[in-house]
Amino acid sequence: MTVSTDLDRRFREAAVRAGLLDAGFDVVDSPVGPLLVAATDLGILRISFDADPDRQLDRLAEIAGRRILRAPRAVDPVRRELDEYFERRREVFDLTVDLRGTTPFTVQVLDELARVPYGQTATYGELAARVGRPKAARAIGMIMNHNPIPIVLPCHRIVGANGSLVGYGGGLDRKEQLLRLEGALL
Amino acid sequence: MELVPAPRIPPFELFYREHRDAVLGLLRRRLGAAAAEDAFQETFLRALAAYGRLRHAEHLRSWVLTIASNVAIDTLRRMRPTTEPPDLPYEDARPAYEELGELTNGLPPKERAAVVLRYGYDLTYDQIATALDSSPVAARQAASAGVRRLRGKKER
Repeated sequence: MTVSTDLDRRFREAAVRAGLLDAGFDVVDSPVGPLLVAATDLGILRISFDADPDRQLDRLAEIAGRRILRAPRAVDPVRRELDEYFERRREVFDLTVDLRGTTPFTVQVLDELARVPYGQTATYGELAARVGRPKAARAIGMIMNHNPIPIVLPCHRIVGANGSLVGYGGGLDRKEQLLRLEGALL
Repeated sequence: MELVPAPRIPPFELFYREHRDAVLGLLRRRLGAAAAEDAFQETFLRALAAYGRLRHAEHLRSWVLTIASNVAIDTLRRMRPTTEPPDLPYEDARPAYEELGELTNGLPPKERAAVVLRYGYDLTYDQIATALDSSPVAARQAASAGVRRLRGKKER
């Protein structure tokens, strides 16, 4: 007895409407490839370039709770703003983020990261200085590399002191693509 | 001595994917295809509501099938006032159910009810399941257990 696509979709929608989910997720198409997006009542929980949910569900459940379900409706606001961003109709995201599962220092760094404006870059050292740890450029690099919400928290805007792209959790090609989209690279 | 770690309770997505077909199967057998769809949603919404409080990962299949079963019973209760009582076979002679009533006196209540409804009233196992808030399979088992018990009594 196989559950029809329609019945399956209706249950997933009902679960969101009933407010019973700790987190909802879906795979969102984008010019930089499919993105796994997860959201909770607090905001965006995860954006991942590894779009296979099954590799992340356990970790997400640890953070947000085990009542986690694929539910397109739950990430609709994120999908909308990402679409606008990739169509160059949006420079600032109006979405809240759910940073449970990260350390207070990481939250502080990501908070500062979010202030780096669209179309501009900053260096790892500059970001380190802005959080009062001028010598922590390497630690900042690690935090960028493990950014749970790339694109919305714009770690692609953080580059090396000599202007080289250095690295990116989603691969350097994507970093370049995002910076070009924003007009930060010619 | 080796300690086997208790299985972890999976994220709901995985639990849902693993058991949804079995739940729909049970509900279709009990309610028919149309009513099964609403009951399917209701079952997994109840499971979702309780899922955060689950203490261990054992017997998840029977847990969710029990919820489905309860939803089916509730659904049938709601449906019952609008369904016609099944037509009983009319007979001039002493009706079979009266004879069976005496014959089966002494059987456990469930078996007795199943035997009388099946052989006295000629109901189908689906109808018996509805009448007894049970499943057709359980109704069939109760009826045959009753019959076996009666045979045993006669031979003794």
